[in-house]
Amino acid sequence: MDIAFSPDELAFREEVRAFFDEQFDDELVARLRSDNFKEAICEWQQRLHKKGWIAANWPVEYGGTGWSPTQKYIYETERSERGIPGVIPFGIGMVGPMIYQFGTQEQKDKFLPGILESTTWWCQGYSEPGSGSDLASLKTKAELDGDHYVINGAKIWTSYAQYADWIFVLVRTSNEGKKQEGITFILVDMKSEGIKVNPIISIDNEHSLNEVEFSDVRVPVENVVGEVNKGWTVAKALLAHERTGIADVAQSKRNLRLIKQAAEEEVNGGKRLMDDPGFQARLADLEIELMALEFTELRTLAAMSAGGFPGPESSLLKIKGTELQQATQELRMETAAYYQGVLPNDMDPEVLGHSWTHEAFRNYMYGRAATIYGGSNEVQKNIIAKYVLGLE
Amino acid sequence: MNFDFSEEQQMVRDSIARFVQDDYDWDTRRAIVASDTGISDTAWQTFAELGWLSIPFAEEDGGFGGNIVDTMVIMEEIGKGLIVEPYLPSVLLFGGLVARAGNEGQRSTLIPSLIDGSTSGAFAYLERQSRFEMTDCLTRAEASGDGWVLSGEKVVVFNGANCNQMVVLARTAGDQWERDGLSLFVVAADAEGVNRVDYAMMDGQRVANITFDNVSLGAEALLGEAGAAMATVDAVVREATIALMAEAVGCMGTLNAKTLEYTKTREQFGVAIGSFQSLQHRMVDTMMAYEQAKSLLYKVVCEYKQDPDSADASINALKVLVDRNAKLIYGEATQMHGGMGITDELDIGHYAKRLMMINTTFGDARFHRAQYMEKSYAA
Repeated sequence: MDIAFSPDELAFREEVRAFFDEQFDDELVARLRSDNFKEAICEWQQRLHKKGWIAANWPVEYGGTGWSPTQKYIYETERSERGIPGVIPFGIGMVGPMIYQFGTQEQKDKFLPGILESTTWWCQGYSEPGSGSDLASLKTKAELDGDHYVINGAKIWTSYAQYADWIFVLVRTSNEGKKQEGITFILVDMKSEGIKVNPIISIDNEHSLNEVEFSDVRVPVENVVGEVNKGWTVAKALLAHERTGIADVAQSKRNLRLIKQAAEEEVNGGKRLMDDPGFQARLADLEIELMALEFTELRTLAAMSAGGFPGPESSLLKIKGTELQQATQELRMETAAYYQGVLPNDMDPEVLGHSWTHEAFRNYMYGRAATIYGGSNEVQKNIIAKYVLGLE
Repeated sequence: MNFDFSEEQQMVRDSIARFVQDDYDWDTRRAIVASDTGISDTAWQTFAELGWLSIPFAEEDGGFGGNIVDTMVIMEEIGKGLIVEPYLPSVLLFGGLVARAGNEGQRSTLIPSLIDGSTSGAFAYLERQSRFEMTDCLTRAEASGDGWVLSGEKVVVFNGANCNQMVVLARTAGDQWERDGLSLFVVAADAEGVNRVDYAMMDGQRVANITFDNVSLGAEALLGEAGAAMATVDAVVREATIALMAEAVGCMGTLNAKTLEYTKTREQFGVAIGSFQSLQHRMVDTMMAYEQAKSLLYKVVCEYKQDPDSADASINALKVLVDRNAKLIYGEATQMHGGMGITDELDIGHYAKRLMMINTTFGDARFHRAQYMEKSYAA
């Protein structure tokens, strides 16, 4: 039972700090906020790759860092403290691990380099207009025609499909047996004929979500990852991966820090908001719950480093993490008072005099999705009840 | 970073669990609580023989030289088994004060007898008016000749009914709320002028209100430096609070396990009630509440191990979180056990009552949240 950093770990922290200070420069920050988000984030990821730090969770043999749980913790803490965006998850966090875990040698050779180098942008084709939390009810179908599958159907809530070169898709290849059987995990080139991307404007007035339609899209059979009709195994493994990062304790910690900063400047009737006992009590309760969650995450990391892949207990991190994200975002909006309602695209933050409220608005609004995506929190509770508590 | 336990810690954990299973089951515990003293000499002798009473003490004092992790392991098991024996008041509070502030003579007289079980100790700190503020102390000790004369009253003294030795917090200088001027004295329970009124608390522990009517004490009764008790008291209470939180985590885990088991076997409408989604989701909530409390306990223990002075805000936080999460857990445990949950016969209500006492001991959530806010947000 010990969390003291060793001299090596302290040296690692210095290395991380020095790297961020040097490489995450003001010019890059400006570009990330501009219309060239895709180009800027890819360049940032390429800088990480050059340093060997792009794939924190991958095994070393596939180009991962081989970091210990402590190193991951140090890295994430330092990253988040500076407000540096995390790696876009769809390649590194999701499809990459599925390819090295379930894929063929050819698939590894073909796809892993582009993921590591951020030259291929991936998106995720899971949910459908008729299949949200009941993912296994999906209907997008793939029929065999010679050495190709022909895909018809639609996927929805597809983040950044407008940027994507490839999409990993769950398709129905059989209607026999239980609905979980007959699902296949397949990789599709977004340039294929018959794919149409329809933008969805979200509650934050931004465009990151899309619907992706498939009309007779032909995909070579060698693009199937894992076995045909056994895609559910791959899908579940991926969701477990997705859920571990989803708690994002570091982001909530940063938000709390920014709330405190703002509350020291906000004044009501000559009194600092920070000195309001009711405000302090809410802040304290959030901080305390987050302190605990940080250690729940560390415990999970430590268990993962001993046992490999995350288990169903990662659902706990998802539920608690997203609840706290939302509670924190809510407090930040309240801290913004009237300015919480100012639309980012209609008002220059510098003119407004409250430069942070635009971020508060976007985080709060898009943050509503967090308890829904990656398997809604209610579905997570079903998973824990069944697989951890053994309730049927 | 690791959250592992040493082989020795695992052995202690296993041996206490085995003791509870073999010698301290629910019926035994009920009989002990209903007995005259409310504790078991036989159980305490087992504690001594198996070395559990020696663990927190330094090797030079005849102890095992354990650290906060060892204490956590013991207390978590005590919580699981709802053990009512006075480990906290005797070993951790009385023993902790003697070990920290005692001179060689005091340590060599008292600690070996604590370890062999012949001395049962208590710490008399609380007064009628003082609520959670330890420095609010009216009990006074006046210098007299070489020694002291002690007068005043202490209330709700844990193990006060059964102890044969106690450490008393008394004022040797200063006014009622002053931090300076407080001193510690070792007082024999049968000393002349000491009068006890014993009573039981809702969690079964036997406490006492104790009056000191011009009790004559020798110079050797003073524990540590006169007027400077609070540094010692803070350090001992800090460690005892962590221990108490470990006990709470033990209670919470057991309540969850018992409730889960019950919902798998209890049938209504022809099915196990655990098949109902409304209960399943609530049991996930209580599981998360337990895991969160355990995580924060681990954080506190790790911080304390690194530097005891650095953990205070985290200890305040842990007190707040355990209060909230314990209430959720014992509330749900009672509700899901239905009518049986509110009987005296079943252990569920007794775990609840222990958790309620733990939550109020050394300051409740409101008190600790205020402390946390003071440390974290004061301008």
